[in-house]
Amino acid sequence: MPDAGGMSLEVKDLVTSYGAIKALRGVSLNVPAGSITAVLGANGAGKSSLLRTLSGLVRPRSGSVLLDGKEIAGRAPEDVVQMGMSHVPEGRGVIAELTVDDNLRLGGLWRKDKADRGRALEEAYALFPPLDQRRKRLAMTLSGGERQMLALGRALVARPRVLLLDEPSLGLAPRITSQIMALVRRLCDETGLTVLLVEQNARSALSVADHGVVLNLGTVVASDDPAKLAADDNLRHAYLGF
Amino acid sequence: MSRFLSVTLSGLAGGMIYAAVALSLVLIWRATRVLNFAQGAMAMFTTYLAYYVLDHDGSYWLAFAVALLSGLLLGAFVERVLVRPVESGPHLNAVVVTLGIFIFLQGLAGLLFGGRFRSFPTTFSNKNYNVGDVSTLSPFEIFVISSVGLVAVLLFALFQYTDVGLRMRAAAFEGEIARMLGVRVGQMLTLGWALAAVAGSLAGILVAPSVFLHPNNMDGVFVFGFTAAVIGGLDSPVGAIIGGLGIGVLLSYVASYAGGDLQTLAALGVLVFILMVKPSGLFSSTATRRV
Repeated sequence: MPDAGGMSLEVKDLVTSYGAIKALRGVSLNVPAGSITAVLGANGAGKSSLLRTLSGLVRPRSGSVLLDGKEIAGRAPEDVVQMGMSHVPEGRGVIAELTVDDNLRLGGLWRKDKADRGRALEEAYALFPPLDQRRKRLAMTLSGGERQMLALGRALVARPRVLLLDEPSLGLAPRITSQIMALVRRLCDETGLTVLLVEQNARSALSVADHGVVLNLGTVVASDDPAKLAADDNLRHAYLGF
Repeated sequence: MSRFLSVTLSGLAGGMIYAAVALSLVLIWRATRVLNFAQGAMAMFTTYLAYYVLDHDGSYWLAFAVALLSGLLLGAFVERVLVRPVESGPHLNAVVVTLGIFIFLQGLAGLLFGGRFRSFPTTFSNKNYNVGDVSTLSPFEIFVISSVGLVAVLLFALFQYTDVGLRMRAAAFEGEIARMLGVRVGQMLTLGWALAAVAGSLAGILVAPSVFLHPNNMDGVFVFGFTAAVIGGLDSPVGAIIGGLGIGVLLSYVASYAGGDLQTLAALGVLVFILMVKPSGLFSSTATRRV
């Protein structure tokens, strides 16, 4: 659905803190256009803080975020999404009081091209048939898997060129998790979408990623090929939990 | 029976004014979780501006437009300049700011326009139509009901059927998620306060002919409007309208069957009763309340 191809995302020495607590202590990573990078690590490793900083919800203390070579660190979230980077938050972040259709439409509302907004909306429904059958239902009535579809579809309606995905497998059945992972891989292959995928479920994330990064206590402790990360016993035991 | 009918009808007309005040409180509560204690004073002030236009040979309709438009601007100004800086702080801060605006506007109105009670004219007659032996509504009361009704319907349509309305609802329900979807939440909150203040100003100019114009004239109306909003559930616009009509009819019965002095006491009784029986209000969708 994203039709303009992906953009590269470069993060350099990113530092973020909540008061005195440092969530990111100088994180650097590089996501080439059209690829999937999985960010792994235990609870509190700084995975969600990384995504929240990238999308502008949290202002970084220092460091740089280059979207297609353009500095976006410290920009407001409503600007970042309009520059082509969409964030699907943890816990699925749908607006429970709105209908499925309102949630989806909201994703593309900032775009000027009204006709294409409508097209993107219908493409999202085609991608997620369960949503199509529930257009007028309130989002609060959806199941966990449907909410994840809605959050993902809503981000895609913006026709993003970089997608930040925060724990899409959280609380989902393994079958649905693998469906969602396969869909992300397909979007990436077919449209050149760039994806930064944060996961605690390391095994399923590594199965679709082109590159893997392991975070611990706000720093990058490993950055390698997914197969090599999965084969490293020490890393697996210490940080990945499988 | 005929007396009961006419008391009910005039109660509904008065209730529409409380409904407008309640609606303005609900819109602000939904958008920013702030109870705007300055709403009555803001409406009083814009009514004085309308009076100024009338006093300088403007038409009633020009004055009417001035009241609503100045309400729009005043609402936007109050949110953007005065409430925004304290919005992220503790809840009480915003409440204290609105109380400050309330006192300031009452003082300013006293300075600019004096503390005299002034009669406020209307273009409509106050003489009730009679149907059989029942004294029904006056042309002015019909105007009150239809103008508040029209504003409520327009607001409903705006929220439910337009893109701006969808953005405003998203900003009110989940500000952070709305921002991630490209919604300029700050602008939506300003717009929400502006529209709410229009509903308040409408109540101000509609109630002025019956309570006279005075820097304190909206205090009682605000209390009844607030009661109506709490009965309705504070976050339900439909609840605000129904609560307003209910309070209007109740006060009308109390005034004609028990005595006008008991009106405030009756409103307090209803408020306490609702808070005891169903603290979230009759039409609230949320379970908890942060007052």
